[in-house]
This record gives sequence, structure tokens and C-alpha cells, in this order.
Amino acid sequence: MNQIEFIRSQFPQLGEKVYGKDLVYLDNAATSLRPRSVVQKWEEMSLRYNSNLHRAVHRIAQLATEEYEATREAVRAFINAESASEIVFTYGATASLNLVAFCFGEAFVSEGDEILVSEAEHHSNIVPWQLMCERKGAVVKVLPVDERGELRLDLLPSLITPRTKLVCVSHISNVLGIVNPLKQIVNICHSMNCPVLTDGAQGIVHEDVDVRETGCDFYVFSGHKLFAAPGTGVLYAKRSFLDSFPPYMGGGEMIDTVRWSGTTYALPPHKFEAGTQNISGTPTLVPAIEMAEALRQNEIDQLQTALRDYVSSELKAISGLRIFGEPCSDENKIPLFSFSVEGAHHEDLALLLDKMGVAVRSGQMCAEPLMDRFGVTGMLRASFAPYNTMQEAEYFIASLRKAITMLRG
Amino acid sequence: MKTLEEAKQEITDEFGLFDDWLDRYEYLISLGKNLEPYPESAKTDDKLIKGCQSRVWLDWKVEDGKMYFSADSDAIITKGIISLLVSVYSGRTPAEIAGDDFAFLDEIGLRENLSPTRSNGLVSMISTIRTAASRQLS
Repeated sequence: MNQIEFIRSQFPQLGEKVYGKDLVYLDNAATSLRPRSVVQKWEEMSLRYNSNLHRAVHRIAQLATEEYEATREAVRAFINAESASEIVFTYGATASLNLVAFCFGEAFVSEGDEILVSEAEHHSNIVPWQLMCERKGAVVKVLPVDERGELRLDLLPSLITPRTKLVCVSHISNVLGIVNPLKQIVNICHSMNCPVLTDGAQGIVHEDVDVRETGCDFYVFSGHKLFAAPGTGVLYAKRSFLDSFPPYMGGGEMIDTVRWSGTTYALPPHKFEAGTQNISGTPTLVPAIEMAEALRQNEIDQLQTALRDYVSSELKAISGLRIFGEPCSDENKIPLFSFSVEGAHHEDLALLLDKMGVAVRSGQMCAEPLMDRFGVTGMLRASFAPYNTMQEAEYFIASLRKAITMLRG
Repeated sequence: MKTLEEAKQEITDEFGLFDDWLDRYEYLISLGKNLEPYPESAKTDDKLIKGCQSRVWLDWKVEDGKMYFSADSDAIITKGIISLLVSVYSGRTPAEIAGDDFAFLDEIGLRENLSPTRSNGLVSMISTIRTAASRQLS
């Protein structure tokens, strides 16, 4: 068994059949498949170590707490944060973004201030800022992308004004599949005294992340796109920000003392983890991170690059097909392709591909402003994971060609 | 003209001929392509059916106590589906339409074989046709 076969054997869903055909799962940007190790960890936490955290003195509570805090340390190491107290567990990237939007707004934003958000963001990195700005009388401003889908970094310095409180960009857009130059963005913003938040929902899966090296102030991601259990998520925030943030949700475990005369709060990160946490799910981040690291080994990395180049050139060879997200350098593209096809509606294509066993995404992909930017009502997206093979890529291209022929007829 | 029951049976029989879903889609695509043209001027928001991933417009008129539907969509399979509905329910009285259970769509497997978002679209198409018929009755 070679390495890729071994890895595939860890993801049993890859062996599923749909409509009697082998499933080809190319909707990894929506959620990844789960490896056995993650499910085993979830089972272990549920069937052996189920107990609430940080509270009781009994042995099982102690074990559950140790697992939970060991997970925090594993996440810290994975993204090279300075301290585990900078890692807040949430239920997903959306929850992390809402937490920051609320707390940052309360702490730092007042009427007339501005939040600069890139045009290529998922709704999760747009709507929380709109909600906060509405509450505070502040304004959301937009950092545009060019025709290729690359951020207009040339405009960034002029878009940051003395009123700009935060710049929000994705590490990798879920539509364009372009890796943004985080370090460069952070350098520009920091030189103008503006902090940077990064939505790493896609980035954490495909790129090595070092928050200290890039210097970003916030980095958020979901567990479920990174092979971990759904309902798990991470907020990395520099300690200085967490210290200046007011609480987000009130409840058990986030407090120091509670009196009718007034309550004092726990220190970060627990201050931001009110109520019973995802005690079974969050520890699955540990085997998930191990899987992510295993998938970054050289051999698999080379396969991914070959697969990306193959799909890219095959798509470009189809007449009337337009890819959205074509960076100047191929190095900055992950194997995620959103496109439209002349004479073939994205929904029709997705339906036909589904019947051929290929799972892809169609529609607006939670990025309506980006659809408007490119003047389309939707796109078709095929997003590959390291467990996808060249054979699957070839089947996808053949199926796509067949579907286009059926529709153009 | 065929009765409503005959029209539904004919489609059920037609679908029964296909073993493979791709063949059924091929058939829906051909229906979509042959749907009578729908005027651009009638592609207005009030005729747009909500709940579909693609855009679907549905319009109708009443002549001699019978309803006649016309429709369009920017997606061809959706267009094929709405064309089925247009052909089955056009030329029927509002009472016939409002009283129908639309169950033949389940029989031919259309509902279960569409993705949830699409199924919602189908539900919206059906409820638009039903509501239009019920309004004629009241």
C-alpha cells in the first residue's frame, strides 16, 4: 500500500457509492471528510471520558480537562502562537468571527470608525462586521480584488485611514482559491497602526500557518474543514487583545466570582468560553492536526501540485469555461476551482455531476458580493483535498465534459 | 384534450422507460429546450419563484374558466421540470388544479432525486401553481 492508499483507507467515506457509482468527493472546501482517528477520539471522549471540564475534582473530570487543555496546546503549537492562553475554543470560524466582531466593537469602535473588509470574503467575515458597525454607527469599507481575483494591495495603504480600526481578509478565499500574501498585508497594516484579522477557514487546511511569523492579530478557523468534528473551532487572538476585550457570552466557567453587587471574570481564554464546551468534539482537533501534518508530507504535496496543474489546464481547454481566481503565480493557487460555463448553468452541471457520482458545489458559495463583482448569479466549484487522486480528477474532467455536452446539446 | 389523470399517467409512463437518472435528465433537458418561449418583458420580480438556486419565472392567464401557464428558467433542467408542470396543468380549471395532490412528481422520483435546494424549488413551483388556482376559486 503506498502512502496515498494508506491515507485514503483512513477516510472510509471515500469508499461510498452514490447512485451505484463511486463517490468522488470534491466539496472539501465546504467540509472535509472525517478520518477514523477523529471519530475514534470523539468516541473515546464520549464513551470513556465524558465529564464536564475544570469543575469537579473527580478523576474523569480531571482526565477530560487534561484532554481539553492538551488540545489547546496542540493548536498553539500547530499555528505557533506564543501562549496557549491565546487559543479560544468556539463552535467554528463563524462563532470566532462573531466573538471578535462583538468584543472588538465594544472595546475599540465608535461612531464614524471604519472596518476594512476584502471583497473576496465569505459571508461569515462580512455580516458580523456589518452587524457591529450598525450597532456602533461605524462603516464597513471594501478592499477590492482585480479581474484575476487577487487583492488590490496597491490600494490598501490609501484605503486605511486614521479611522480604520481593523482590516479583515481571508488567508485563502473559499471561492477563488488564492493564497493571499498575509505577511505583506500585515506589514502594510501594522505600519499604519492597524491590526489584521485573518479568516483561516480554508488557509489552515492548505498552508503552514505561523501566526508569529506573519504577525496577524487574529486568526480563526473551523475544525470541520480540517478533518475534526463539526461544532469545533478556534480563535487565535494576541493576548493583548483578549485582555482588553469585554466578555462575549456570560455563563458558567467564564467568571472569577459572581456577586449580586457585581461579577469579576476569569482570565483569557476561559473568559470567552462560557457554558459547557464541546467536550467530545474539541479534543478531535488533536488527531485532525496530526492528519493535516501527515498530509503535508512531500510526496502528497507533490501529488497535490500535479493534480492542481492537471485540473487547471484541463479546465482551460474547455471552450466557454471561465475560471474565477487565476493568480499571476500558480504557486498561490490551491486545488480549488470555481468557474462558469457558457451555455451550461452551474446548477444543471452540479445536478448532472451528482448523478455521475461527483459531489461539487454550485451557487453563490456564501459570497454574494464576490458573485456581483464578477457579474454572475453563481458558479460551480470543485475543491480537492490531499486524499483526492489523479484518477478522481480525470473522472471529474470527463464527467464535466459529458455534462456540458448534454446541456449544450 | 387529455384529462388531468391521463396527462399525469403519460409522464409517469415516460419516466418509467428510463433506467438511469442521466437518461431522465436527458429527457428533462429536451423538454426544457422545447418549452415555448417566455416573453422577456414578463421576467419581472413578482413572477420570480423564491427558493430555487436558479431563477424561475411563472406566469398564467385565465381563458374560458381554464388556467394557462407559461414559464422560464435560466437553468435547463429546472426549465424541463417546470415544463412538465406547465404541460400537465395548463388548460385545467382552477378547481381541478387546486384539488390535485401533485403526487405524480413523487411517483416519478423527481422530488427525492433533486438536491434539497432544488427540491425546495420544486415545492415553491407547486405551491405557486396551487395558490394561483386557489385565488381563482375564492
